[in-house]
Amino acid sequence: MSEELRELYQQVILDHNRHPNNYKQLPCPTHTAEGYNPLCGDRIVLAMALCGDIIKEIGFQGSGCAISKASASIMTSAVNGKTVGEANILFQKFQTMITSDLGTRLDRVALGKLAIFAGVREFPSRVKCASLAWHTLLSALNEPVSTQ
Amino acid sequence: MSDLLEDHAVAEAVFCPIDVFDVDVIRDDFPILRRRIHGKHLVYLDNAATTQKPQVVIDAVQEYYEQQNANIHRGVHYLSELATHLYEETRQKIRQFINAGSDKEIVFTRGTTESINLIASSYGKAKMGPGDEIIISTMEHHSNIVPWQLLCEQVGAKLRVIPIDNDGDLVLEEYYKLLSEKTKLVSIVHISNTLGTINPIKEVISAAHKHDVPVVVDAAQSMAHLRVDVRELDCDFLAFSGHKMLGPTGIGVLYGKEALLNAMPPYQGGGDMILSVSFEKTTFNELPHKFEAGTPNIAATIGLGKAIDYLLRVGHEKIAVHEDNLLEYANEALAAIPEVRVIGQARQKTSVISFVVDGVHPHDIGTILDQNGVAVRTGHHCTQPLMQRFNVPATTRASFALYNTREEINHFIEAIYGVIRLFK
Repeated sequence: MSEELRELYQQVILDHNRHPNNYKQLPCPTHTAEGYNPLCGDRIVLAMALCGDIIKEIGFQGSGCAISKASASIMTSAVNGKTVGEANILFQKFQTMITSDLGTRLDRVALGKLAIFAGVREFPSRVKCASLAWHTLLSALNEPVSTQ
Repeated sequence: MSDLLEDHAVAEAVFCPIDVFDVDVIRDDFPILRRRIHGKHLVYLDNAATTQKPQVVIDAVQEYYEQQNANIHRGVHYLSELATHLYEETRQKIRQFINAGSDKEIVFTRGTTESINLIASSYGKAKMGPGDEIIISTMEHHSNIVPWQLLCEQVGAKLRVIPIDNDGDLVLEEYYKLLSEKTKLVSIVHISNTLGTINPIKEVISAAHKHDVPVVVDAAQSMAHLRVDVRELDCDFLAFSGHKMLGPTGIGVLYGKEALLNAMPPYQGGGDMILSVSFEKTTFNELPHKFEAGTPNIAATIGLGKAIDYLLRVGHEKIAVHEDNLLEYANEALAAIPEVRVIGQARQKTSVISFVVDGVHPHDIGTILDQNGVAVRTGHHCTQPLMQRFNVPATTRASFALYNTREEINHFIEAIYGVIRLFK
């Protein structure tokens, strides 16, 4: 197997694909959204409970490829307990990482576990898989659940 | 023109069918098969999406632009006459190829999708109204669903769908029940791009004709694999694309029975489709030009003619034997892998295999195969209702053409084992 492929399908990613974190329905979400990638059929439903500005609880469900599922798993863990502003900054850093040129220096400290998706840069057709959960997060933040 | 026609006579003289099917000789005709992908030999198994092109087709397109380029049906100058001759000669070739009764029944389009849209826009709007019904099947490509949905919305007609069984065969009894005095059109795929099912199109057509209902056949997947005879089938319309039969992209054909085409209003307005224009009234050109507004894709049309020559020289019978062999070989190899489930086991199939692997999403399979030089299609193959029927979000599809080999299938199967090992 090629170096790039091994980088893309690291054990951590395969483990998260098999046993994702936060794969659950939330009892009382304040924000939800559905993300869909028509190209490959990846579908994810994301739900959050916000308390003020802080993401108190987050969960997702759906079906998709290993990259999209592992990304949803690690993303939900990364933003849990963070403010909306902090989540936005993480998204920017993540997006830069998976779309930037190979030579670009990455903020590995801030990215933490998210840095394992750096290998996605080598696979332009898979960038959407890695970012689906993030885009769903952003649209969920814009879609408060109606309380009426 | 005389020197042109002499050149052409020489080309015809060397045209003779091959005696023996030798896949290595065939492969030499396709330059792209010599290239490497990610350092590996290309194993191209995405032929249902588009086929590769033989050198004769590539040369014909290049020669057109280098030596023959001019607009057709316009100039009195030499090049315009030459281009017109080559363009119209391809129309005759296609008429012979599908055994149509007249050149007037061969309309050039951009492809199958445009051909179907032409029927929906022109025939559909003229002939259909509220309460009328159009019958399609569960295994249609989106291009044989969406144009009819758009038409239904516009005229108040209804779409009815023939179900399929678990093997991927049409349930004909249900089809017969759907046919009624409300039915105004049947539009059905000949060969499923996702399952490979060859539909019993003759039965479908004769049943519709008993109700005086015309039938559209989507033959996008057919032409590179088997001969289609429109008069034997008695289909009313037939649509296909050049690029799925070794020809260039951007060129396709709509066959229609002359009486039907004659009665239809034009699809698009513009040059070439008119006899005379004044600001008060436009008189439309005769068939088939009535449906060919604007300057067409002349180079691709000529290329398509060469693709047909090539297919005829190899022979559809020999191609079918070779591809059936590959299909059987690949089916056996996949059946030996417990994690693999093939979707679609129709009674009659062309060389298309859709499958799922336990615990691995098709998109991951596609990326890993690609890194091994193996090109397959992953996703819903523009047949989302069919995916829902089989309750899978997506599949991996391998589709074989005349230039594929058993060695390539071995390589593909090895890569599948690699995927399973990685995800275990």
